Amino acid sequence: MAQAIPANQKWWSGGRSPFNVEYGKLMMWYFLMSDAFTFGAFLISYGTARFSTNSWPDPNHVFSSFPFAGHAHLPLVFVSLMTFILIMSSVTMVLAVGAGHSNDRKSVVKWMIWTIIGGIAFLSCQAWEWNHLYHQGAWWGQIPTEAGSAFLNADGTKPNTNFSNFFFTITGFHGFHVFSGVIINIIMLIMAYTGVFDRRGHYLMIEKAGLYWHFVDLVWVFVFTCFYLF
Amino acid sequence: MAHTDSHTHTEHASQPYHGNTHSPEVTHHEHSFDSRAIWRTFWILLGITCVELIVGMFIAPNFHSLKLMFNILYMILTGAKAFYIIAEFMHLKHEIKNMIMTIAVPALLFIWFLTAFLWDGNSFKNLRNRFDRNHDAKRTEKVTPAHGGEAQKPGAIH
Repeated sequence: MAQAIPANQKWWSGGRSPFNVEYGKLMMWYFLMSDAFTFGAFLISYGTARFSTNSWPDPNHVFSSFPFAGHAHLPLVFVSLMTFILIMSSVTMVLAVGAGHSNDRKSVVKWMIWTIIGGIAFLSCQAWEWNHLYHQGAWWGQIPTEAGSAFLNADGTKPNTNFSNFFFTITGFHGFHVFSGVIINIIMLIMAYTGVFDRRGHYLMIEKAGLYWHFVDLVWVFVFTCFYLF
Repeated sequence: MAHTDSHTHTEHASQPYHGNTHSPEVTHHEHSFDSRAIWRTFWILLGITCVELIVGMFIAPNFHSLKLMFNILYMILTGAKAFYIIAEFMHLKHEIKNMIMTIAVPALLFIWFLTAFLWDGNSFKNLRNRFDRNHDAKRTEKVTPAHGGEAQKPGAIH
């Protein structure tokens, strides 16, 4: 549970951080709070649009393709792969932070490289999925409505473009976060590799980048539930 | 930050803890880093995701009338995953309680946020079904092949 604090510790009398974390890390937390509300607003507006519609496309039909699997019906398999990649890269990020705690530069570099590979793999999967949906005729303002289309509402009625608009906007915004996370991680890798953190005597920057990276994973958990499961 | 001035007299006193000893303001009493907890969290997250997928792929499609129940299940499982990511990966569980509260209390706004807006969406649907004939008609109009008995397109999934 929460850190044990000696009973007579006077946190607010000056000279130490009342929250016992570094300033930059605390501010990263508050930035992530604001970002959480941005994502929350997106996802809740998606929910509102969906609640105001009589029927909605069935994710088991829309998301049922896998690269090189042709027309095989594999619902949710590809997105589970993407989820696995992102969780895995979160783990390697924690291991990089852990290596930073013991100022172990070699391990930090190794785990950062794995994290970056995970991020790039996720982005590639997303690029494939977007491309696939685009070629099926779904895009901002477009959704295939012909008979037999996988995008028809679950009850067989005609879908409207809310589905594709929200899907591409929200996964796009999330993908943009993943992309900037990869860039941040690459900068962290270069700084770690060139010994900047060793000269500073601490690897706290890795922790802040790590917080951002885990947040990206956290948001994906919600995007996954809202678009692929509900 | 005060550490620029206070360095000279507090730096040595604050050395016993290891790792990030850059500022005397921050005293890490914690943990040599626990990688077992990280892997345990990983397996929990993976397990929950697998349960969600199995339910989503194989169980839920057979019980359409229970969709609401499955959605509640997904929400509980999603909340559990979010908890483990925030508590363990982002390490929030191990911070000072006051700091946890500055994150957790504002997050409670989401309860209002979700309730109010989903309720609003639902009410909008009911109003439109009641007063907007066009909207109500769309509810029952199925999409049928344009030329009567045209065969399904290759690649169409049913």
